[in-house]
Amino acid sequence: MKDQLRTSLFHLLIIGLMAGLYFTLPEYHSGVLARAMVLAVYAMGYNLLFGYTGLLSLGHALFFATGMYGLGLAMQHLDVGASTGIVFGLIAALVISTVIGFLALRTTGVAFMIVTLMFAQAGYLIILWMGEYTRGDEGFAIQASERVLAGIDLSQPDNRYFAALVLFGISLLLIGWVVRSGFGKTLVAIRENEERARMLGYNVHRHKWVAVIISGVLSGAAGAAYALLFGYVGATFATVQYSIFPLLYVLLGGAGTTLGPLVGTVFMYYLIDLSSQVTSAYLLIAGVALILLTLFAPQGIIGELRKRVFPWLP
Amino acid sequence: MAAITLLSTQGLSKQYAGLTAVNNVNFELPTGQIRALIGPNGAGKSTFVGMLSGRIESTSGSVQFNGKDITRLPAHKRISLGMAYTFQITSIFASLSVHENVALAARRASGRAVNSRVRDALGKVNMADRQHHIASDLSYGHQRLLEIAMGLVQSPSLFILDEPTQGLSSSEIDAFVALIKSIAGDTTVLLIEHNMDVVMATADYITVLNFGEVLAEGTAQEIRNNAKVQSAYLGTSHA
Amino acid sequence: MEFGPHFFLASLEGAVNAAVLALMAVGLSIVFGIMRVVNVAHGEFFMLGAVIAWWISSLVGGHPAIGFVLALLAAPLIVGAIAVAADHFVLRRINYDPERTIVATIGLLYVIQQTTLMTFGPEARPVEAPFNTRLALPWFEKTADGFSMYWPWGLSTTSYKLAVIAAAVVILIALWLFMTRTKIGLIMRATQLDREMALTHGIPVDRVYAMVFGLGAGIAALAAVLIVPIQQAHYLMGGDPLLLSFIVVIIGGLGSIPGTIIAALLIGMSDGIISVFFSPTVAKIIATLLVAFVLIFRPQGLLGKRIA
Repeated sequence: MKDQLRTSLFHLLIIGLMAGLYFTLPEYHSGVLARAMVLAVYAMGYNLLFGYTGLLSLGHALFFATGMYGLGLAMQHLDVGASTGIVFGLIAALVISTVIGFLALRTTGVAFMIVTLMFAQAGYLIILWMGEYTRGDEGFAIQASERVLAGIDLSQPDNRYFAALVLFGISLLLIGWVVRSGFGKTLVAIRENEERARMLGYNVHRHKWVAVIISGVLSGAAGAAYALLFGYVGATFATVQYSIFPLLYVLLGGAGTTLGPLVGTVFMYYLIDLSSQVTSAYLLIAGVALILLTLFAPQGIIGELRKRVFPWLP
Repeated sequence: MAAITLLSTQGLSKQYAGLTAVNNVNFELPTGQIRALIGPNGAGKSTFVGMLSGRIESTSGSVQFNGKDITRLPAHKRISLGMAYTFQITSIFASLSVHENVALAARRASGRAVNSRVRDALGKVNMADRQHHIASDLSYGHQRLLEIAMGLVQSPSLFILDEPTQGLSSSEIDAFVALIKSIAGDTTVLLIEHNMDVVMATADYITVLNFGEVLAEGTAQEIRNNAKVQSAYLGTSHA
Repeated sequence: MEFGPHFFLASLEGAVNAAVLALMAVGLSIVFGIMRVVNVAHGEFFMLGAVIAWWISSLVGGHPAIGFVLALLAAPLIVGAIAVAADHFVLRRINYDPERTIVATIGLLYVIQQTTLMTFGPEARPVEAPFNTRLALPWFEKTADGFSMYWPWGLSTTSYKLAVIAAAVVILIALWLFMTRTKIGLIMRATQLDREMALTHGIPVDRVYAMVFGLGAGIAALAAVLIVPIQQAHYLMGGDPLLLSFIVVIIGGLGSIPGTIIAALLIGMSDGIISVFFSPTVAKIIATLLVAFVLIFRPQGLLGKRIA
């Protein structure tokens, strides 16, 4: 498995680079990067489904919010610690993605997009409806004193950065391994020609389902980490907008590449960050980017690089 | 060796919105045989093999494979029991390499020695030197051969080929005939074919379908001399 | 108020919703039916219609009716022109590929919405109705000597609301005549049936598509001009109608116009009625889940026929 080894080494190099950045960048930027790395994990989860399996979901905010609320509600109302909270978040995401995957995969194409959108919208509305526990639109904060994992205070900027890096690193190695495995290659085969994959004897439905579940759990892990690291749980993260973001990140960075999600997230994050200092209509950038990408660079940054310069990029 | 039945159907039928495409077909295919399935266009050949491989759901009747009733099994389970299937219209993974196309087929059958099995299969269709090409860059003939390699690499006990020589050049057809002869014995082959030269050169036994029903069965010689077949098929459209 | 009059009032409010929703959804449905395009920016065309109506009526002085009539004419044309431009510069270039089209129209949604935020601002702005007489409505009561009519307190509507319902009916009939009785309408429907065939018969499919996309957006803008005296113009007002018209189009059967109108009536009315008795959030949860399950288990729509 020379291929697997090379991919893992390359990813370790990227993780090392991200660690190095913390010591070279000013504090403001390491704060931004910590946030971007968590969102990149969300985008990586999205990418497994969209980029590798060819399933375009418009409802991933549901999985992100499930992880976030799973952790947040458990810590808020069941009085559990951060580590138990994470378990709650992950299990919630596992259950929800298993059920949603089972139901939504009975449809394909445009219907799949609308079904996932509708389920996510229902999830958002349920959060608002259960305002007694979730505090609706306003959301709730997780106190700094509770954001302690294994004795490490995650509200401190340096701890926060490295916690985000650990999550990002594990996810990157995991995704790198999955997409180079037989399972991951079968997902690509399904994306390319579903009927042929079925007639080679692959259980297409089960492969897609497992892809939805891995994707949903990674997204949920990102949501739980976001709540834990930045101390806020709110319904905004369940809106349609948060389902569009990972699509945007992945399209920008490169669908079906392991590094695309990180590159797309960082790029878009800075773009929105810069423009929000100029105007409150910062989402205009997101809209323009989506249109330009579909028109001129459907492969994204890493995808175009892979096509033109570095064919070995995973 | 006494003929052991590998595949059989009883009363297999398919109706599309009142239209009968395949009607009450009883079919028996012994292990090791090369069987050709012929018949005029619209005779129901593709529908029939579609029901064998599970791509098309049958309306009534049953299918047995290797002594097992597979009538209710989904396609992917039938394939993993040892069937391989090539499409009438070339169906490959266009943006992947030739190697990866065949490797996808190989891995599903067994995780062992994937690379060397892929090389063997590509060698059999004379494409070993094209491993790293992207499938969509291949000529049409090579794409068809690639699809055959994807079937071979699974070492199937039954290999269903739906019009494999369509669009091949005459030298490619000769190579295909040689290939089928070389796998005879180990692999049972069910061949839908329009090219009668290929049928006569390869098939041990021939089944003729017409209007969704079995019109005749027999050796090449018997079929050639069958008056019904001649009037329905050979004598008219394929003189 | 007692149950009877209360229900009557809710149905009237529901009918106004249903009228506007039917227009909005028919616009979405025509675009999907003919072009196979899921236009996520449809709600923004609606919003633009309302904002343009505000803009025109604030430019034109005098009686509110003058500005309103101008808006009724100009807003659909301006919005339609924007949609035609979007079709020409974006959708056509990606060949109406279903997935890329959705991504592109999401982009369009943000561009329109955020540009409106930058220019029009975040405030909700009212548009005055051209006429707005309050009409008290009668109800019946059973007394010793049979039914008698009385005017319960609070049971009233406005002449404008009734006019909205009437206008929507007129527009829908006009649209139906346009699609079935005119040459352009027939060409549009021929394109819907078979794009390749239409091309070989010399139908300029590109131009038909641009026209259909413009028509769909124009109808949404028209619906917005009608509703804006009741609702106020706001840059985020496109979200809810988009969701509701999605629901309507899917339940009515994708691309079927009669199904769409029936579903709009059902949902517009029941939304009005349900939200009198339940919390609107619960009503929306039920509606979104309904759409999801209809698509999963009955993809031809609740009212559509299964196509083999």
